[in-house]
Amino acid sequence: MEHNDLFALAYLVATVLFILGLKGLSSPKTALKGNLYAMIGMGIALVATFLNPEVKQYTWILAGLAGGAVIGTGVALRIEMTAMPQLVAALHSFVGLSAVLVAAGTFLAHQQDGALSGVFLAEIAVGSFVGALTFTGSLIAFGKLQELLSSNPVVFKGQHALNAALGIAMVGLCVAFVMTESLPLFLAMTAIALLLGVLLIIPIGGADMPVVVSMLNSYSGWAAAATGFTLGNNLLITTGALVGSSGAILSYIMCKAMNRSIVSVILGGFGGEAQVAADPNAPQKRVKSASVEDLSFMLENAQKAIIVPGYGMAVAQAQHSIKEVLELLQAKGVETKFAIHPVAGRMPGHMNVLLAEADIPYDVVQEMEEINAEFASTDVVFVIGANDVINPAAKTDPKSPLYGMPILDAYRAKHVFVSKRSMKAGYAGVDNLLFYYDNCSLVFGDAKGTCDKLANALKENH
Amino acid sequence: MSPSMIGLYVFVLSCFVGYHVIWGVTPALHTPLMAVTNAISAIVVVGAMLVAGHESPGDGTLPVIQIVGFFAVLLASINIFGGFVVTNRILAMFKKKEK
Repeated sequence: MEHNDLFALAYLVATVLFILGLKGLSSPKTALKGNLYAMIGMGIALVATFLNPEVKQYTWILAGLAGGAVIGTGVALRIEMTAMPQLVAALHSFVGLSAVLVAAGTFLAHQQDGALSGVFLAEIAVGSFVGALTFTGSLIAFGKLQELLSSNPVVFKGQHALNAALGIAMVGLCVAFVMTESLPLFLAMTAIALLLGVLLIIPIGGADMPVVVSMLNSYSGWAAAATGFTLGNNLLITTGALVGSSGAILSYIMCKAMNRSIVSVILGGFGGEAQVAADPNAPQKRVKSASVEDLSFMLENAQKAIIVPGYGMAVAQAQHSIKEVLELLQAKGVETKFAIHPVAGRMPGHMNVLLAEADIPYDVVQEMEEINAEFASTDVVFVIGANDVINPAAKTDPKSPLYGMPILDAYRAKHVFVSKRSMKAGYAGVDNLLFYYDNCSLVFGDAKGTCDKLANALKENH
Repeated sequence: MSPSMIGLYVFVLSCFVGYHVIWGVTPALHTPLMAVTNAISAIVVVGAMLVAGHESPGDGTLPVIQIVGFFAVLLASINIFGGFVVTNRILAMFKKKEK
């Protein structure tokens, strides 16, 4: 008994270290230390488990840990920051699959030892299906983010009915498994959960990806918590709950930033290629285009400029060129800031990371609520690869799918320049009203090319 | 109180702790938050180790349980190492601009 208490104490220390680790993220100053706390916590948990008398052999464990260390570290050191959403999705899927394997393995081990109870079986079943949903759901999210799959929503007739039927079948099999302790039933239940994971994510379009990634983050936490119930381990339960609530809060923040309810995101069908048919009776609307030289001239003579980055900046890898533009503008005495919409990019905080990667100081990077009041007193706004998040239709057009979504008030600035590759609509497939405003000009070209040219133009007039 | 009930208490209280801690995270660090939660959700490794370290049947049959456990440990530790290393990389980028 004393022995067990010692392990429980070690796990408690690990729990506290995890909480301190998350708390560290309240400021960039304390964040690295926080990550260190979390790492120490994980180290303690690993060592404690290693010393657990229930562990009878070490070969398989060591092989797994060594393999994971090599693969995990290798990938993490090489991954491009623009590919972070994919990496996170892939890692979620691993937690999910791992939880399924732990459930299956624990079932087999206890079956061998002859120690099965109803509650225990139910916990195993829950651990397995939450893990399975996380696994395949994250794989689909990964595929969409990596563009192995189309980011368009996949919708078909009877989809929700099918999902409901599968859900009921899964619960039924779960009950049957608890009653009969049968391995085939367990496997059938897990197989349905795997299928359901796919079906739940395919109808969700590219625009909703930040919510999906957050939601799967949450699932991976619930999967860990469910595993904790199976093992009667409070460390897993606590950690799972922390991660689960973290993902849930991020999903909530993302939904709010898009003015969408979590239910409508989950039901899917939003976004993808433009489905809005052009109204033939609508008056021909004109957009203005501007050259990079025009933009350079306006920026140089501005007192205050705001740069609005979006996913297009990530795709073009333009963040380093933007850093150069920022330095040139600062050297000319132009007060320059960055405005970040909460759903800019493909995951929460995506833009902040890319700008940090380019060495842009985080104090000139501001969130929507902080900076929105400043647009009206700004001379030039330069938009790179953002679209829906600056669309005034969200405020003015009750018929727009974007209506009600909080936007960056770029349209209130004296001049707005938007770097664009073509006249294609944004991810929501909605025409951007801003482009037809008198104070707006489009700078056509690839985001990185435009930024490079802009930097050169700013240098010439030095 | 049964162990499962105690677990439920711990679970619910932890959700409240999580709720308060996570709202304190600055939005600029939401990506590293996801990366680090990724790493710590790999705490399922504890369960994976118990499975992989289960006593062998000793009759020369295929050690199915241990092999299942091995893959579970492998996947979880990819997460642990991948998650922590990438979080460190991201946070270091935020750090160096302080000067």
